[in-house]
Amino acid sequence: MKTAGRILGTAFFREGYEVQDAPRYGAERRGAPIFAFVRADKNPILERGIIRRPDLAVVADDTLAPMPSAGVLAGMDGHSLMLINSHETAETWRGRLALPGRVLVLPASAEVEVEGRAALPQVGAACAGAAARLVGVIGPDALAAAIRDELGHLGEGVVADNLGVASHAYDLLAAEAGAVTERPPQAADAWQSPDWIDLPFEGAGISAPAIHAGLTSELMQTGLWRTMRPVIDPERCNHCWWVCSTFCPDSAISVDGKGNPHIDYDHCKGCLVCLAQCPPHAIRAVPEQREQGRE
Amino acid sequence: MNRILITGNVAAAWGARLADIDYCPAFPITPQTEIIETLAAWIDQGEMPGRLVMLESEHAMVTAAGAAAATGVRVFSATSSQGLLYALEMLYNVAGWRAPFVLVNVSRGLAAPITLEPDHNDILAARDCGFLQIHCATCQEVLDSVLMAYRLGEDPSVRLPVLVNLDGFYLSFTREPVDIPDPSAVREFLPPFDAGTIRFRASAPESQAVAVLSGGPYSYFRYEMHLAARNGLAAYDRIATEFEASFGRNWPAVEAYRCEDAEQLFVMMGSFATKAKAAVDSLRAAGWRIGLLRPRLLRPFPEGLFRYWMRGKRGAAVIDQNISLGSGGVLYSEVAAAIHGQPDMPLLTSFIGGLGGRDIPPEEFFEMARIARDAAEQGQAPPPRLLYTADELRETRKLQTLARVERARLSGGEQP
Repeated sequence: MKTAGRILGTAFFREGYEVQDAPRYGAERRGAPIFAFVRADKNPILERGIIRRPDLAVVADDTLAPMPSAGVLAGMDGHSLMLINSHETAETWRGRLALPGRVLVLPASAEVEVEGRAALPQVGAACAGAAARLVGVIGPDALAAAIRDELGHLGEGVVADNLGVASHAYDLLAAEAGAVTERPPQAADAWQSPDWIDLPFEGAGISAPAIHAGLTSELMQTGLWRTMRPVIDPERCNHCWWVCSTFCPDSAISVDGKGNPHIDYDHCKGCLVCLAQCPPHAIRAVPEQREQGRE
Repeated sequence: MNRILITGNVAAAWGARLADIDYCPAFPITPQTEIIETLAAWIDQGEMPGRLVMLESEHAMVTAAGAAAATGVRVFSATSSQGLLYALEMLYNVAGWRAPFVLVNVSRGLAAPITLEPDHNDILAARDCGFLQIHCATCQEVLDSVLMAYRLGEDPSVRLPVLVNLDGFYLSFTREPVDIPDPSAVREFLPPFDAGTIRFRASAPESQAVAVLSGGPYSYFRYEMHLAARNGLAAYDRIATEFEASFGRNWPAVEAYRCEDAEQLFVMMGSFATKAKAAVDSLRAAGWRIGLLRPRLLRPFPEGLFRYWMRGKRGAAVIDQNISLGSGGVLYSEVAAAIHGQPDMPLLTSFIGGLGGRDIPPEEFFEMARIARDAAEQGQAPPPRLLYTADELRETRKLQTLARVERARLSGGEQP
């Protein structure tokens, strides 16, 4: 989504707009909701930070839509258009989320079979291409150039794949060009006073931000973050008993009485420090996705 | 003109690159790491000279920066939040070495509780250490300020290190159009560092003081640092004038936005101040006579400019994105001290907002303007106000409830 936002931002910039784009996420980790926002204006942009009332919200992963912590619905009103990547219909989502504005489903080529829509190849490029068409002021050349700007460092193949997907999404939404319009800025003639409160004093028994629990890190399955999995070859392991287990920053390698190391895959984040440190090169790295597929 | 979309972090790295830095001691921390990653990639690919070294902590990093600066080379480094505080002992120390370098801080609120999002308590913890401070509101300003910071710190009348501050997320990870100045124009504005007497060599020990001082000599050396910092005011104005002549961008020590005919003012610093500008525009469209004062230079504190711009105004809302626990807003007390005892000054009202990156929406700016105006009319300031809504307390209650449930579960069903 960060890249999709940057493609859209760069496309606006290439069309002569002032632009502000940024991703937003907390402590980065795999599987966490992430969003990115893009502002574009003919004049310098003074607003910053989150967009409180979006003209367009693009949802790449429809499982996030009903999740409160993802905040997908924040600020959506009658003016906001939602473009959602889903197998289900726009009407279903409009009803399910009680949205006052329009909903469009991201068109994708029917021949691509995936389990969840978020797993579509180049889904970010599809979102960027569709969004570029919906705002109505970005031409195909600016979109293509933006994809080159943002993905060129990854090689021609990646650029070509993303260009294909983005252009396809752009073309499929031709009838909706300009469906997203700019809302007028919030006027200061009248405004709703903020619902400010005076925070009451509360004793430290309630108000101290204490987290004192040794067990929580064990409960967190940080192994889910892993993209590469270290695998120990018992034939090559020389049973030194201490190198990999000592260097593991997550204490995820234990050694049994016979000197055999065991990796706790529930908590190994795949940093591969063990692989780098192992003197007899007995640890190799395999792609996590492939390993999970086998299991 | 080379105008490109880059983040505030990359803008800071461009500043270092264009300043032709010799040495960058580094240590990663969110949300600053992109700065050193960018510089490391450029150096690795041969796009810029210089040496970047990973140190084992921010404390070591600032020590290395100060020691390298004392040899007369041009030094750059960057940190954030807990990292800045971890280095705090050495910030005070290296400032006393009177060897200039530039340290970028990407503001992030301090633990505990922990956050990744910005407020200014980190940079303000370094307020009194002898580093000069420049606070930025846009990505362009970040790049330009790094260049100006070298001129300022290296000025013979100053010779102090300089902190350049940008807000995490709101600038660090936000791309905006930034004009990358022509390197030859930068070299003209910022020539190679003429280190003069800054020439520490391991093989050539020298001394200007003794190691442990009694009050008299100690006061002398400390107060000389203060005088040097105060010299920064005149030096800054000179440098800003030259910068504008070279690059066409004007960065005064205090930005005054639509203040000339204003009756009311917002006063705030950092990137949230551009939101205050948007509110000024909206309020002006609705008939208000209001403006924004934004200090870019916090150390030395430009009280003269505050007095100049505030004279004759009726009310001012000072919005602090920080809190001195047990006192209140730091900028509020600085501004109050600057205008105290001066004739014809506005009534100040104090607001605390934006802690831990908490957003400040337009209607809150409008409301602050109204409160400041009403207070000025009545001649009586209300107590300081934390920008905090009933909805936010509801959200916090939800988290506290979840924490209590978790606590009960972990303690084996015992109810809290």
